Amino acid sequence: MRLELSEDEVAFRQEMREFFTTKVPESIRDTVKGRHELTKEQIVESQQILNDAGLAVPSWPEEWGGRDWSNLQKHIWYQEMDRAGVPHPLAFNASMVGPVIAAFGSQEIKERFLPKTASLDIWWSQGFSEPDAGSDLASLRTTAVRDGDDFIVNGQKTWTTLGQYGDWIFCLVRTDPEAKKQAGISFLLIDMKSEGLEVRPIELIDGGHEVNEVWFSDVRVPAENLVGELNKGWDYAKFLLGNERAGVAPVGQVKRTLASAKEWAKTADRGGSLLEDPLTAAQVVELENELLALELTALRVVANSADGKPHPASSVLKLKGTELQQAVSELVVDLAGPASLASGSNENGTESALADWTAQASQVYLNHRKASIYGGSNEIQRQIIAKTILGL
Amino acid sequence: MDFEYDDEQRALREAVRDLLNDAYGDWEKRRDASRTDEGYSTKTWQQLAEMGVLGLPFTEEDGGVGAGTVEIGLVAEEMGRVLAPEPFIPAVVLAGGAVAAAGSDEQRQAHLPSLADGSALLAWAHLEPGGRADAHAVDVKASGSGDSVTLSGTKEPVLFAGGAAAYVVTAALEDGGTGLFLVDASADGVSASAYATHEGGRASKVVFDGVAAQPLGQGGDATEVVARLLDIARVVAAHEAMGAMAMALESTTDYLKSRKQFGVTLNNFQALVFRAADMYVQLELTRSLVLWATMVLDAARESGDSSDVADAAARASLQVATAGRHIGQEAIQLHGGIAMTAEYRVGHVLSRLTALEHVFGDKRVHVAALSKGLEEYGEYDPLP
Ligand SMILES: Cc1cc2nc3c(=O)[nH]c(=O)nc-3n(C[C@H](O)[C@H](O)[C@H](O)COP(=O)(O)OP(=O)(O)OC[C@H]3O[C@@H](n4cnc5c(N)ncnc54)[C@H](O)[C@@H]3O)c2cc1C
Repeated sequence: MRLELSEDEVAFRQEMREFFTTKVPESIRDTVKGRHELTKEQIVESQQILNDAGLAVPSWPEEWGGRDWSNLQKHIWYQEMDRAGVPHPLAFNASMVGPVIAAFGSQEIKERFLPKTASLDIWWSQGFSEPDAGSDLASLRTTAVRDGDDFIVNGQKTWTTLGQYGDWIFCLVRTDPEAKKQAGISFLLIDMKSEGLEVRPIELIDGGHEVNEVWFSDVRVPAENLVGELNKGWDYAKFLLGNERAGVAPVGQVKRTLASAKEWAKTADRGGSLLEDPLTAAQVVELENELLALELTALRVVANSADGKPHPASSVLKLKGTELQQAVSELVVDLAGPASLASGSNENGTESALADWTAQASQVYLNHRKASIYGGSNEIQRQIIAKTILGL
Repeated sequence: MDFEYDDEQRALREAVRDLLNDAYGDWEKRRDASRTDEGYSTKTWQQLAEMGVLGLPFTEEDGGVGAGTVEIGLVAEEMGRVLAPEPFIPAVVLAGGAVAAAGSDEQRQAHLPSLADGSALLAWAHLEPGGRADAHAVDVKASGSGDSVTLSGTKEPVLFAGGAAAYVVTAALEDGGTGLFLVDASADGVSASAYATHEGGRASKVVFDGVAAQPLGQGGDATEVVARLLDIARVVAAHEAMGAMAMALESTTDYLKSRKQFGVTLNNFQALVFRAADMYVQLELTRSLVLWATMVLDAARESGDSSDVADAAARASLQVATAGRHIGQEAIQLHGGIAMTAEYRVGHVLSRLTALEHVFGDKRVHVAALSKGLEEYGEYDPLP
């Protein structure tokens, strides 16, 4: 057992820290730190800066831009990104479709898509969920029927995050209606400009528009856009969801927000610093300690899973990570107090007398309720822990 | 002892429930109302006025019906059940309540009948930047005396100030304490800018720049009056929150029985139904505490001894804060993604509960207040 990083690891951390804090524009990092919404352009610009330096897709195979880093290095890379307020490379590209294409796609598909996926010249959307296929993803009904050199796709996807920016969408589609649920599914790449494909916005409870419905009516998709083998899509989806889960524990972001919250607390109350209030102080200390336990768990996992397989404890990270993310967003609302009502105060050109961070507080809190629902809900994570880890 | 509504109260509840179901039983209608400039339905407001609801707390001479907190709370609970956006608490309970409690005969006549009949709205301008849920004003200051008082400073957020004819403003007095004042909304030196709040209402920043103001009644330090009004508002808000929680639980049990995943309805998963059961436990505990606090308030109104009121209001609010977060968050989680959408009602419960809690003091505020009295009693006895 040993607590210190090696000399190389320290140097690596320093290199990351330096890069993220000097090469990614401050305006982008301030947007993240102020908990404002990023524009598409900001997300693209940031990822391209990373990609040009070989820092956007370190987990991919080396020939496609991967870095052969250790899990610890990847962890440090994430932490330093979060610390600096650098937006993560778009998950749909970097941790979902990219690795699937790299692992299962034909050479031709790899060449066609991987470079543009890494550089975010293609913005990917994830077309898995459907109205009746949420946690029970395998019951999806969107069909793809072979017609000559094409598939004809019909159906509806929903919850498509940032689909309004999407160039392409990777979909699970039913290609064999006779086979048992999981066996008749394929993994198909679809150009979102195709005829018959329509994106409709969904408004969320925080007033934002980040998710969409995607409708397919007789959309023609060239058969060469199939990834891997026909009817093997479920295997690729499981591979993808494993990666999604592993990357989803937002430890670094939550740490940064909690640190900001302490700053905000100092000026939140005209009666003095709220950190002097014993209850608030106790809440912050407890959250910090839980977060510490989570971070150390993440470190323990990355330090000891050299074989590259996701550690079974990744469900712990997702479960607890999202709970803490939600708890911290709740704390910030409490710090804002009555000012948290004024969510619209920076619209309509009002120069609000309230601090900027208070206007985001409620919306972020409401928005973060999603974190325990998507990416495999927390109930599904508990199921995984109970079944596959505890054998129950 | 009796925790049940009597026949007359039940009749009032049915009438209000029918009216509000017509208005907002369909969630789309609530969304439409939130999209108007006012942020609520002026038609529904008028109907509530005609039913006598807007005059509930005021005496007959003031154009009201002189009802107690039980009736006022019952109305608020029904409003909570459909997340009605009308400014019942800020306009009637707080601003109207302040005029009723501290205003002169002329002031009451000038403002309460028109508030009760729905023809004019009052805004409650008390919250200030950096302020919390206490009874003091700091940023807005009063200067001068008698008929020549002027106010300067900023109030934000002021709920539903947009359509108000007049503001009831709290202001720091020159020789200490907090006074209550009436300000005409169109007076020189008032500037207000309105925006939407996250739960579908409206708020404004209101800046007073040397604005002429009328002290309510004799003027002077009204901190006690403000504190009492806030306590009443807390209990009424607790009723509203309870209505919203009850609706969230109903929606959740309905959904668990109808939503299918893995070939079965969700109520087949014990992990989920036990959590619905816990929501129910919280709701029943809340109902008991809120009804109790309501009775404490009405008893104080009759006896004129309000020494128990602040404590009861804080205890009810503390329970509501805890239960509200629990029920609001669980309702969303148990529904899954659908509850995150603006089109679906249940997710908005959490938004409304969060707003209600923070306007009148969150958990921290109530725990802090209650902690101060711990040495004064041994066993806590809720019965008089
Ligand atoms: C903001 C947001 C963004 C999203 N982005 C995307 C995206 O980009 N692409 C995409 O494909 N999908 C996306 N999703 C969809 C997401 O993956 C689903 O919402 C999720 O899988 C849950 O499905 P559901 O909403 O249908 O809930 P349901 O599956 O209906 O679940 C309802 C409740 O029941 C619980 N439950 C379900 N089954 C069980 C069980 N067997 N045991 C115990 N409890 C159970 C759930 O945990 C939940 O609490 C997004 C969702 C949200 C909210």
